[in-house]
Amino acid sequence: MTDTSTPKTDQNISPLNRFLRATEIDTRLLGMLGALMLIWFGFHFYGAIFGNGGFFLTPRNLWNLSVQTSSIGIMATGMVLVIVTRNIDLSVGALLGLTAMIMGLLQVNILPQYLGLGSPFIWIIAVVVGMTAGTIIGAFQGWLIAYRGIPAFIVTLGGLLIWRGCAFLAAGGRTISPVDANFALLGGGPYGAVGETGSWIVGLLACVGVIWMLHSGRKQRREHDFKLRPMWAEGFLAAVGCGAIIGAVLLVNAYPWPTGIVNAYAKANNITVPPEGLVISHGFAIPVLILVTVGILMTILMTRTRFGRYVFAIGGNPEAAALAGINTKWMTMKIFALMGMLAGLAGVVASARLNSATNALGVFDELYVIAAAVIGGTSLAGGLGTIYGAILGALVMQSLQTGMVLIGFDTAIQQIVVGSVLVLAVYLDNLYRKKVK
Amino acid sequence: MTIKGTPLVEMRDISISFGGIKAVDHVTIDLHPGEVVGLLGHNGAGKSTLIKCLSGAYQADAGQILIDGKPVTIENPRDARAQNIETIYQTLALADNLDAASNLFLGRELVSPLGFVNDSKMEAETRKIMQRLNPNFKKFNVPVSALSGGQRQSVAIARAVYFNARILIMDEPTAALGPQETEMVSELIQELKKQGLGIFLIEHDIHNVMKLCDRASVMKNGQLVGTVNVDEVTDEDILSMIILGKKPEKAA
Repeated sequence: MTDTSTPKTDQNISPLNRFLRATEIDTRLLGMLGALMLIWFGFHFYGAIFGNGGFFLTPRNLWNLSVQTSSIGIMATGMVLVIVTRNIDLSVGALLGLTAMIMGLLQVNILPQYLGLGSPFIWIIAVVVGMTAGTIIGAFQGWLIAYRGIPAFIVTLGGLLIWRGCAFLAAGGRTISPVDANFALLGGGPYGAVGETGSWIVGLLACVGVIWMLHSGRKQRREHDFKLRPMWAEGFLAAVGCGAIIGAVLLVNAYPWPTGIVNAYAKANNITVPPEGLVISHGFAIPVLILVTVGILMTILMTRTRFGRYVFAIGGNPEAAALAGINTKWMTMKIFALMGMLAGLAGVVASARLNSATNALGVFDELYVIAAAVIGGTSLAGGLGTIYGAILGALVMQSLQTGMVLIGFDTAIQQIVVGSVLVLAVYLDNLYRKKVK
Repeated sequence: MTIKGTPLVEMRDISISFGGIKAVDHVTIDLHPGEVVGLLGHNGAGKSTLIKCLSGAYQADAGQILIDGKPVTIENPRDARAQNIETIYQTLALADNLDAASNLFLGRELVSPLGFVNDSKMEAETRKIMQRLNPNFKKFNVPVSALSGGQRQSVAIARAVYFNARILIMDEPTAALGPQETEMVSELIQELKKQGLGIFLIEHDIHNVMKLCDRASVMKNGQLVGTVNVDEVTDEDILSMIILGKKPEKAA
């Protein structure tokens, strides 16, 4: 049956609105990207005009920014689920610290005795154990919240102190270092990046993915006779998506290894360095690829599976979700277990990046993770939130932090600015939501 | 009372209490196929609580539920749905942040062979059933919080009707509706009745009860006052049952 009663109001809306409607772009996403650009250009030109030069918009800084965002970004994707279901997890920073400490002890003190130093299995076992430990602890907290009725705020506030204390006791207060060489690659650095060719392969695969997604979306709509996007809008989305990906590849490939590392590498591999110098590109850092993979998997989980649907349903109306036959307690426990697993993964990235497990690892991370999720549009009232928003939120937080370091603001001012931005972002988001409604 | 073979549902001697207060006190009611039984009483009389034992939201402390004469255990809403019992709650029980299709299929999503939710299939099915129930319904891609009371009601009704219910529980389905939408719900009830569904209808409007119900069970303070055949009594009789808690002598 054809739908003939669609209102034909296309004439009296502005070209911009028509464009947004045709492409179905989330205006909130545009706002966030705009804010991010404002921060980036702001810091760059502030440095160029008032400081000692604009360092923000350089391949080197942006590459480092991407690596620094990874650990918070990974946890922020899980925090979205926790906050969407009207809970909170204050323990993620401490959990990151504890899992990093477990992994550090395992690969420095325990595994080399049995497998030999530098065994290729060490990093795999360490990662699996660390993530499993995170999952178990997260599940335990989830059990206390769901089945024992203790508020999430209290359970995880207790967890914040308990897991931090456990990490300290486990290592007797020492810093565990250095981690296994293979493990360290997961934290980035010149060796922990996929290089120029690798980045092109990743980029091209991603472009194919974007086009495949647009194509299969269109096919699905046609199957059920839904309204299709105009062809130009599809083309525009494909061009923007692929353009952004190729831009990212060019950017990370424009950041060469430092000369010292190039020379050491050349020496170790018997490569003669030409007189004009050898240029080896970083390419995408491994932790960034981990973050992107986590982001994609979590987005699929949230938007394409029953699990994700139930997360939103519980957030929207817990009573209705229960009446629809959803086991809300079991869901809560699973969500906290997943959050714990992601904290373990963030522990991998953070300790690998530092090449050590320290007692300070992850301190205050819970606040940055919650802030990232909230800046990314996750509503503390529950029921609303996106994974990409949280990752962008993490990038905004990290950009502010990095930018202020680059232009030489001291810590006190940094804290004031980050705190103010958090409050302002949520206020603007409220205004936006009211207007959209 | 007329006997019409094995009842579709029989709730026998149901009791449930909350913190020492008996919300439902040894109540027995039954329902036959193709019959509408009205549940009446003041607020707090225990109607909704009684019905929630059948829909799986509560578990009775004592008593038995029989379906087609066989005892069944209903411990949660999933068990009730497995018995083809569908409920339209007074609060509608919709997740406001999800769209109509997600609400309609909540807990019973259609999935692709790979186990991913099939949103376009669900939307297509929702469009089909809405075409039947409420052809004016067009807002398929917005959260149900953006819908009017009547539109939200049609989502809740569609959810109950779509899954081939045999037993339908409607808790004040017309409370939030305008006259036209109320008429629509009445027509739907008549149609479902013809299809052989059994319907428990919690309703305050005595005229709707007289019009739609075959029998009426009246509750007061958690106890059953009595069950009457609607065409053997007047609305006055039923009102006095609700208010005085006494069964009229001529209908006894």
